[in-house]
Amino acid sequence: MGSRPYLEFDAVSKAFPGVQALDSVSLSVAEGSVHALIGENGAGKSTLLKILGGVHAPDAGALRFGGRLQSFRSTADAFRAGVAVIHQELQLVPDLSVAENIYLGHMPATAGWLDRGAARRAASEHLARLGEDIDPNVRVGRLPVAQRQVVEIAKALARDAKIMAFDEPTSSLSDREVERLFEVIASLRRDGRVVIYVSHRLQEIFQVCDSATVFRDGRVVGSFDSLQGLSTDVLVSRMVGRDIRDVYHYSPRQTGDARLVVRGLVGPGIPAPLDLTVARGEVVGLFGLVGAGRTELLKCLFGAVTRQGGTVAIDGQEVRANSPGAAVRAGLAFCPEDRKKEGIVPERSVADNINLTARHSLARLGFLRPRKEWENAERHARLLDVRAASLRQFASTLSGGNQQKLLLARSLSCPVRVLLLDEPTRGIDVGAKSEMYATIARLAAQGLAVLVASSDLSEVLGISDRVLVMRGGRIVAQLPRSAADEQTVLRLALPDIEATPSGTR
Amino acid sequence: MDRSTAPSTLPAPLGTRVLGLLWQNAALLVVILALLVGLKLWVPAFFTVRNMEALALSVSTVGMVACTMLFCLASGDFDLSIESVVAASGVLAAVLINATDSVPMGIAGGVLAGGIVGLVNGVLIAKLRINALIATLATMQIVRGLGFIISKGEAVAIYNDRFFPLGTGTIGPIPNPVFITLLCFLFFGILLVRTTLGPNTLAIGGNAEAARLAGIPVDRLKILIFTMQGLMAGLAGVVLAARMTSGQPNCSVGLSLDVISACVLGGVSLSGGVGTIHGVIIGVLVMGAVQNAMNLRNVETFYQYVARGLILLAAVLFDQIRRGQGAGLWRQVRRWFPVG
Repeated sequence: MGSRPYLEFDAVSKAFPGVQALDSVSLSVAEGSVHALIGENGAGKSTLLKILGGVHAPDAGALRFGGRLQSFRSTADAFRAGVAVIHQELQLVPDLSVAENIYLGHMPATAGWLDRGAARRAASEHLARLGEDIDPNVRVGRLPVAQRQVVEIAKALARDAKIMAFDEPTSSLSDREVERLFEVIASLRRDGRVVIYVSHRLQEIFQVCDSATVFRDGRVVGSFDSLQGLSTDVLVSRMVGRDIRDVYHYSPRQTGDARLVVRGLVGPGIPAPLDLTVARGEVVGLFGLVGAGRTELLKCLFGAVTRQGGTVAIDGQEVRANSPGAAVRAGLAFCPEDRKKEGIVPERSVADNINLTARHSLARLGFLRPRKEWENAERHARLLDVRAASLRQFASTLSGGNQQKLLLARSLSCPVRVLLLDEPTRGIDVGAKSEMYATIARLAAQGLAVLVASSDLSEVLGISDRVLVMRGGRIVAQLPRSAADEQTVLRLALPDIEATPSGTR
Repeated sequence: MDRSTAPSTLPAPLGTRVLGLLWQNAALLVVILALLVGLKLWVPAFFTVRNMEALALSVSTVGMVACTMLFCLASGDFDLSIESVVAASGVLAAVLINATDSVPMGIAGGVLAGGIVGLVNGVLIAKLRINALIATLATMQIVRGLGFIISKGEAVAIYNDRFFPLGTGTIGPIPNPVFITLLCFLFFGILLVRTTLGPNTLAIGGNAEAARLAGIPVDRLKILIFTMQGLMAGLAGVVLAARMTSGQPNCSVGLSLDVISACVLGGVSLSGGVGTIHGVIIGVLVMGAVQNAMNLRNVETFYQYVARGLILLAAVLFDQIRRGQGAGLWRQVRRWFPVG
């Protein structure tokens, strides 16, 4: 620390059709330090990472490593120059072993013969340095997400990457796994590497980073050489350009009769009979660590996986066990966690995506009514403020937050009584999060019963009237808002140490 | 071409829509025009009325089956069994007509038998989750075998000549098989563009899990699509039998791949989610026209195979460039030829 900068962006600009993604951005990071990039989605962080990783070339400005000018024509060029970008969606081949992944493309070989033994030994060494005891012969597809990430880091180490950039590394990790990751990052710092850290979780940035750059609309709006004495509020107000008082938009509300009543539910991932109710106008937060069974529970309720026992009723009417279609007709709506895989149809228009669920009821005798569809799409896109240049553009071109709004727009264009949201704000920026919370509060005020599953504890505590804590597929506690504080909930959510070895579900 | 805008079924002013369609397909139109001019120069007799009629007749079987193959491909699956269904349903129709002396019985029997095979395919794929390649590869062989069993391995000559007009008669100047094909294009075109089946099929092909979670009955639609595919293959088989005045158990080998080629040539995505009926019509016609021209020039069959394969490859590459996915290809080309 305090040494001269190794990585330097010098007045880098990059424009895409219609957007100035980066506008003369300068920043520098010294060897042996961890630098945070902060900003809302679309602020320019990802573009910066892509320039660093050789995906895009800058329109103007220079990128220097240790004073030497770099110009990458491909990701391979960047890799050779010592850059490793560890993405949110990990870039591993699930069907290959850990060792094969770590040495993908540069297996140790003698005279053309692969030396798998050497690869395994070296892979083990790198993994051990990261404090992780993973069998290098195991197929990557069988590892939990946290360990896959470690494999990805080991892959970077195996290539001796000098600069490592982490893009939202903790979004799918439990608290304990986050701790481990931070230890790894600390050791990278001790090695004298340059670490770039991108996250929406500001507390983490204070824990792990030395310095930070704040972006807004492609420009640098704050540079901090040290984070000592700063508060998250300062960073947030820089990011959004205004004060955020009440992100959660919570106000005490009157709840009505039970709308969603679940009795004795058993299904995949839900081993023991489970009961729960959500009332009219109530927001219930479902908190649990990764693998606690949150997603499984929601999918079971919705009929996306077949439940093996128990009943789910909405306003007294029972819902069939194994049909999302029947669930929709009964007034259930479900927004899945993995928007790309389970939510949007990427290569169809935004309008088509919004109409996916309602199309059936908008049509007459199976014949489409384009005008009705268009009106429906427009109305709900406006209602939920889906920001798209045109409703005709592909859904894949929307940002994460807007894709989430699209899913809500789709759900709400049918008569909805109970809304199931799985990680509704995962990977979206502070501004969009706040809008999502406002929407949830508005929907509850309209009489919907809302069940929100999340691994973001402050979010759960912030928006819920009631908090359910899950562990091992069971609901282990129910707390009213007044009794739910961070420590209580977390203690309840943590597995008994001897009961569940880490890494397994 | 701007990849970020999707063709939509939703309203825009008609003029804009027509212009947009022309613009989107401008490159394709140029290629087709060039192809037609080339054919005219190479085969002077190509554009005669008689040859046009022969061409239309020769693509009628592929055309009929391509209508439903479009749905199959657009939903992300495909069907290899249709070539056997075409043969077996023709044989079955022949046997039934000879046995009962009832033409309607023969036609219904052939078409329904095809539908049953399609239903089985659909259940295997949607409910039992067997990969479409394997499932239809299996039924392809089973049905081919059944066709030989029913016919005892030989062509079944049909004695009732009231059956033949289905294949050899005309309505005005149009041969019946061509007329039936046109009706099929119209019917399935409407199904694709004007009913919920169309967008739902494309949504399944685009992201099956998202479609399921949005409440679309994915399994039921897949079964429906394969059943339609079977019915159409059955119909095509019966019409073909009427043209040949016999049921031939060993006919239409390789037809499945011809149909899939024509669809892909017409811009239908093999990974699902993309497909139009006008594209398929163009694909079927281009394939047929090239084959027809080669026949007129007496090009040997062996060379015809090579030519058809090359055309398919060229079409797919062209399509990728058009969609902007050919960036990798361009980069490669520029590396080889660094000038310009």
